[in-house]
Amino acid sequence: MTAETRDLRVENSVPKQRLSGARKYVLFAVGGLFVLSVVQLFEGTNQLTAPGTWGAALRLTIPIMLAALGGLYSERSGVINIGLEGMMIAGTWFGAWAGWQYGPWAGVWLGLAGGALFGLIHAIATVTFAVDQIVSGVAINILGLGSMRFLSSVLYTADTGGGATQSPRIQDFIGTFSVPLLSDWFNALSDKGWFFLSDVAGIFAGVTTGVSWLTFWALLLIPLSWWLLWRTAWGLRLRSAGENPWAAESLGVPVLRMKYWGVLISGALAGLGGAYLVVVQAGIYREGMTAGRGFIGLGAMIFGNYNPFGLLAGAGIFGYSDALRLRQNSVHGILLLIAIGLLLLALYSLMKKKWEPAGLQGVFALLFFIWWFTTDDVPGQIVTATPYIITLLVLSLATQRLRMPAADGAQYRKGEAH
Amino acid sequence: MIKKIGLALLAPAVALAFAVGVAALALLAVGVNPAEAFGLMWDFSRTSTSVASMFNRAIPLYVSAVAVAIGFQMKLFNIGVEGQFAVAALFAGWVGGSIALWAPLHIIVIILAAAGVGAIWAGIAGILKVTRGVNEVVATIMLNFIGFSVIGFFLGNFFSVDSGALNQSTPPLQPSGQLPGMNWVFTFLGFSEPRGTELQGFLLIAVLIGIGYHLLVWKTRFGFELRASGMNPGAARMSGVNPKKMILYTMLISGGIAGMVGLSTMLGKLHAYTQDFPRMLGFTGIAVALLGRNNAVGMAFGALLFGFMDRSALVLDLNDIPKEVVQIIQGVVVLAVVIAYEVVARFIKNREIKSASEATKNLPGQPGEALA
Repeated sequence: MTAETRDLRVENSVPKQRLSGARKYVLFAVGGLFVLSVVQLFEGTNQLTAPGTWGAALRLTIPIMLAALGGLYSERSGVINIGLEGMMIAGTWFGAWAGWQYGPWAGVWLGLAGGALFGLIHAIATVTFAVDQIVSGVAINILGLGSMRFLSSVLYTADTGGGATQSPRIQDFIGTFSVPLLSDWFNALSDKGWFFLSDVAGIFAGVTTGVSWLTFWALLLIPLSWWLLWRTAWGLRLRSAGENPWAAESLGVPVLRMKYWGVLISGALAGLGGAYLVVVQAGIYREGMTAGRGFIGLGAMIFGNYNPFGLLAGAGIFGYSDALRLRQNSVHGILLLIAIGLLLLALYSLMKKKWEPAGLQGVFALLFFIWWFTTDDVPGQIVTATPYIITLLVLSLATQRLRMPAADGAQYRKGEAH
Repeated sequence: MIKKIGLALLAPAVALAFAVGVAALALLAVGVNPAEAFGLMWDFSRTSTSVASMFNRAIPLYVSAVAVAIGFQMKLFNIGVEGQFAVAALFAGWVGGSIALWAPLHIIVIILAAAGVGAIWAGIAGILKVTRGVNEVVATIMLNFIGFSVIGFFLGNFFSVDSGALNQSTPPLQPSGQLPGMNWVFTFLGFSEPRGTELQGFLLIAVLIGIGYHLLVWKTRFGFELRASGMNPGAARMSGVNPKKMILYTMLISGGIAGMVGLSTMLGKLHAYTQDFPRMLGFTGIAVALLGRNNAVGMAFGALLFGFMDRSALVLDLNDIPKEVVQIIQGVVVLAVVIAYEVVARFIKNREIKSASEATKNLPGQPGEALA
């Protein structure tokens, strides 16, 4: 295909896509819910859409989402951030320390600051000294783990009720709220056991009942970030630093400053994600409690195509499968879910007349169906691995659609443009 | 030439001094005299036992660093050494524990199994990058997580000798699969023999890996193409280097070496893959590779430095000094060293530009023409 015809095709397809975009997602969501309901019918369970499962899924989604959002700011400004994990660890430690000393909200703010501190280190290394960004990120992870270990062993002595690997319990949890009326209605409807309707209600009940205020504020960051990055001059400048810093520089954008902003906010959000783990979930700092969520956030961000709403969906998949794993009895249904999902994908490929992928997807759908039919339970490890496998699958099936910022990872130096 | 080597050594020296300085400040802040702490570490590290332990800690880090470095040569980031070595160690442990052979052959089979599984696990990321354009950093990170699920699944369901045990493990290696220690080296050299620690025989294999790495990178066509792809992918491609082939081969070799990271512990100490098998060796290996700047000898020093710090930190605990301070040194030194290398590299480049413009100043023609 020549470049010319490709350009024409892109131009033609743009308005069409815009029209059907929102409708497509709604259709997708409703279809997905329907499949969930059908699976539950066959499984004889209601755990897949139980309010408890979805409430847990929401709580498990938020830290990953915050890390992913952090990654978004950094990578949009052109700095790859592998160090999210280290920044998140700092967030858990500082969140727990301040939570223990001054209460949960102080933990939130100090966790944020702790993450930002490591963001600052990453920014100094990658922006001021222009070292390789992945290298610096790896170093941040090592430094984050090591220095928090040092602080723990110094400050969490035995007489505080903590130890070298964990903090004392924080004073209080952050308050929760249930959406008035809606929460009750959804819970009531969910208990009825009606096909599909109760399932949808169960999901809504899960995310409207006993929601932490921090969850609420964190979710608000998604539209806020979209507005900041795509609807303000500041956002345009930040993104221009990630797309073409040399051109941006020639137009007078303070590229280095924008990159500093991006990486600092990135660290702060990852730190907030860490603090969330402490003040909303565990109530305590334990070494290794982030369990690679910084890396997972990175995966969720790429899954979401460097877009705040997309990364929320990516984080949601991780959160949901994590919640399913915690509620062991519902796990078996996931096999049927995957089988049906693959079958639908195969049908879609057939419609598009892509024979080879359709065949492959069909075979895998059959395999999963046989697996579901011949077994009664699934090893927990497989469920744990599911979101990572899905991320790899999405990345390998959709790399043509994913587009990272053009100058992401570039070792930009001021005044080098020719 | 000597000046150049001096500059190259300057960077890590400055970085180390800076890291030790930061650690000293951290110690001062908690009311410990840094001179006393470092003195304790130095004294403690001078026994034969400490030296053997330091080498034992350095061996897997070195192998891990080599695995990372080979990718770094062409700017390919294998962040997945962590998962590759663990998956490889599990399968190699299972294979090795299930058979009994003539000793050298038994060990060779285990090594090949480990290298093979490591290469396969890394190869997935390589294939995804070559065929589907998936970024190798993300792919290897995801494969790390999947790897640990795979390990849990196989260890829990198939490979374990006692599935009810608290610390599940693969069947233990027969004596023919165990690599003898090398404590005789100490008595041979006239030192006292280490107590309670065996200098692991895998040290020799690690040295071979290092030599092989050096030869591969600097003395073969593959190595040349590898470095060319790293320095200037466009130019390398124009001169006939197939980038896809390079990515896949490099990933396979890197994974193969990564697969051997856990073998020193398995063949020399634990004689099985256990649930509490060492972790973090892959990530620390990245740090060592950065410290040694992908140089076979430099990485050996880096690994020994980390081994020294890990070992000598134990004495701090006995004296009520937080031993975690060495992790601050390790973290800071890695960050400081990459910054220092960058600054030195820029300094050298600026000087070259300056000397080139000096040399061409009096030539006929327009200024700058000779440079263009």
